[in-house]
Amino acid sequence: MTGGVVGDSVGTAEALGAAEVVPSRTARARSVPAALLRSWLARRVLLGVAQTAAVVLLVFALTEALPGDAAVALAGDQPDPARIAAIRTELGLDRPAAERFADWVLGLLHGDLGTSLASGRPVATYLADGFGPTLLLAALTVVLLVPAGVGLGVLAARRAGSLADRLVSSATLAVYAVPEFALGVLLVTLFALRLGWLPPTAVGFGGDLLAHPAVLVLPVLVLLSRPVCSISRLVRAGMIDALRSPYVRQATRYGLSTARVRYLHALPNALAPAAQQLARTVDWLLCGVIVVEALFVIPGLGTVLMNAVAERDVPVVQGLAVVFGVIAVVLNLGADLVARRLAPRAGVAA
Amino acid sequence: MTDFPSPDPAADGFPGPRRRAFLAAAAGVTAATGLVLAGCGTGSGSSGSGGGSPRRGGRLRAAFAGGGASETLDPHLGNLFADAARAKALYDKLADCGTDMAARPRLAAKWEPNDTLDRWRITLRKATFHDGRPVTAEDVLYSYRRIADPKKAYRAKASLEPIDLAASRAVSPDTVEFRLKRPTAEFPNVLAAFGAYIIPKDTTTADLAKPVGSGPFRFVSFAPGRSCVVKRNDAYWDGAPHLDELEFVVANEESARVNALLGGQVEYAHELNPTTARAHEGKGQIEIVRLRNSAMQSFAMKTDRAPFDDPRVREAFFLIADRKELVDGALSGAGEIGNDLFGKGYEYYAGDLPQRHQDLDRARHLLKQAGAEDLRITLDTSPVAAGFTEAAGIFRDQAAKAGVTVRVRSGSKDSYWSDILDGGTLCCYRSGAMPIESHISQRLLSDSTTNATKWHHKDFDALYQQAQSTKDKKERAAVYGRMQRRLYTEGGFLVWGFADWIVGTSRRVHGVAHDAPANTLDWARFDKVWLA
Repeated sequence: MTGGVVGDSVGTAEALGAAEVVPSRTARARSVPAALLRSWLARRVLLGVAQTAAVVLLVFALTEALPGDAAVALAGDQPDPARIAAIRTELGLDRPAAERFADWVLGLLHGDLGTSLASGRPVATYLADGFGPTLLLAALTVVLLVPAGVGLGVLAARRAGSLADRLVSSATLAVYAVPEFALGVLLVTLFALRLGWLPPTAVGFGGDLLAHPAVLVLPVLVLLSRPVCSISRLVRAGMIDALRSPYVRQATRYGLSTARVRYLHALPNALAPAAQQLARTVDWLLCGVIVVEALFVIPGLGTVLMNAVAERDVPVVQGLAVVFGVIAVVLNLGADLVARRLAPRAGVAA
Repeated sequence: MTDFPSPDPAADGFPGPRRRAFLAAAAGVTAATGLVLAGCGTGSGSSGSGGGSPRRGGRLRAAFAGGGASETLDPHLGNLFADAARAKALYDKLADCGTDMAARPRLAAKWEPNDTLDRWRITLRKATFHDGRPVTAEDVLYSYRRIADPKKAYRAKASLEPIDLAASRAVSPDTVEFRLKRPTAEFPNVLAAFGAYIIPKDTTTADLAKPVGSGPFRFVSFAPGRSCVVKRNDAYWDGAPHLDELEFVVANEESARVNALLGGQVEYAHELNPTTARAHEGKGQIEIVRLRNSAMQSFAMKTDRAPFDDPRVREAFFLIADRKELVDGALSGAGEIGNDLFGKGYEYYAGDLPQRHQDLDRARHLLKQAGAEDLRITLDTSPVAAGFTEAAGIFRDQAAKAGVTVRVRSGSKDSYWSDILDGGTLCCYRSGAMPIESHISQRLLSDSTTNATKWHHKDFDALYQQAQSTKDKKERAAVYGRMQRRLYTEGGFLVWGFADWIVGTSRRVHGVAHDAPANTLDWARFDKVWLA
């Protein structure tokens, strides 16, 4: 859903490859005038608001374009036309689409996300209930992802072509190729059903996952699998590029220790693209990972979204669009700030 | 099966929007004159099977596909199997369907109609709500008036349509007299309608968040889309449940329900795939329960438009179908073949009609007679129900052998039932268990609201009215027989099979009924279940 929003940061990531001579990270960062940064920030925030608004409008239009509406979905297999008309009137779906959208926007300006068509409960409670499990999964995944991804990437890049590199590279490529659903089924079958070490699902624990940490192990593993691969490969590629670059050779010629060159000069440049990949990963994690939620019965935002679309519960879908849009904008802004800090020359591309 | 909540295929009546405060129905009760009442009610209420003598205690967790964050505990709004199972634990209906779909008394101890079958006197049994108040005639009228509220769209509203609620009254605290708009011999079916639960008088919609019913379990907690916990009601009129506690948990993905069952996280998993059942049946790890005749599987032909306005084309299609191949292919063998009639094994089913078999030569001959050689037709289907797209593909190949070109068109699953009601000419169709009479009244009369085969015949309507006005059961069965013969010969439903509904249980679970189609009294009934 938010693919369009994050797209703009890709250019930044690619531009980093062009960084050649970076004498000192800190000196360079300080050289960016504060006023320039502020105006850049203001532009980005404005752009983010516009992007979120565009997403919401697009989502509304697309939901309207889907066949059927909430009344048809509620009527299900008993589609008595008179009853559908009655439900439609009761839900106010007989009003023009533009009017309904305007009403909703007006409510939003007052901080009111509206009420669900399907249950009559406030959309805010849907989002609040779904956000807890989603945030928990995302936080755990990221906490493990960063050290694992960077560590593997650095390990592989230390000596390109070494056994460690070949092992890490082929393993990450192989794992990356496995779809999450298949990996999830595999892990459940092995660790939960065969070995009995871990619970197969989080069924029934939806509201209180932290009290049963064992149920989180397999979902987090599945969530980690692909991002660890992509980030470690990005870090590896960035490291190798950086280690071959003239500025690193120059630094080595100055007699700096290998470790210092590697971790203080090469790594930051390698991390910049990884930071943006990380932002996209976090965005993906926070916008609800439907496959993992369904497989492990974790009632997060992805589940809320699936149900809301099936029920044509437009207010809930729109509420989610706002939340997802804001998340994407904030994360990308954060990632760009971090990238500027790590490899400031790239800032001009943003 | 469906990954995400799908509308209950089995329910009659209509689902309503799950919102808005309830407006109290006008409580105008008019006086009724004295009646001559005759006996009619029968039946008993036991269920369960094998496993030695029941043991008290324990907590059972049951996994269902659910409705996510939009789930409600309002028993009159429920659409899904999960809703129905929860409502059944917390509330009672006046009657419920037995395994042959005949109504069995529940809160009603007995029912007696007058001679013209348009006034029914219901005597309530001694039962109490969870707060100690007795269940009275006023509660019954209050509940039915809430369901029938013209401003709302509660699911059982259409089922209660025969009742003139304004003229119905409480004769005494334990006697209700229903006045009907017309003779209704099968009135007990109305009392057993999906969602026709009895709630205490003056219950508001807000009150329903903390349910007070008369059911076998008392409410403990509810988190929509996640879990609902209930505990034993020691004062239950039908005997206190064996279980201390029962928890309904929601897992929409079938693989998650199976895994949770295999991993010991739940003891009961509803709605499993035939392939899962085959993989685990008889392996000793879990028990597989096949509830036969739970879902009619068919193709619906629109009889009011070409080419199906010609009965010869309909008959040709009956003869094109290789039912065994459809059951084996689309249902993975988990079911039995059909004979173009609804309700195999149910009360009044015309089981004496010869089983139809594939006969491609005769089908070709009939098509030729009807001038429909080289027929091209579109078959609507959708992933809305298990086996639909598979059935469509298999039938396309079978039809090709008779020279009919079928184009399969797959539609949106969220609006499928509404799309196929008036549109198209041929579509995949299914239905859950309901009395044959309900199937006819909802789908095969001129004024039926979901008449997907467009079966409009005044003489057929008249036969239905005749059956509903016939007091003698044998005579009534004869009329139902005539109606079914007509449908068998030239109806619009090509009923090719009846799917099993598959439930998995832990080996510790005993007392699960093995012969109760989905949505009958003994289906998802946990008050007779116990843990070893």
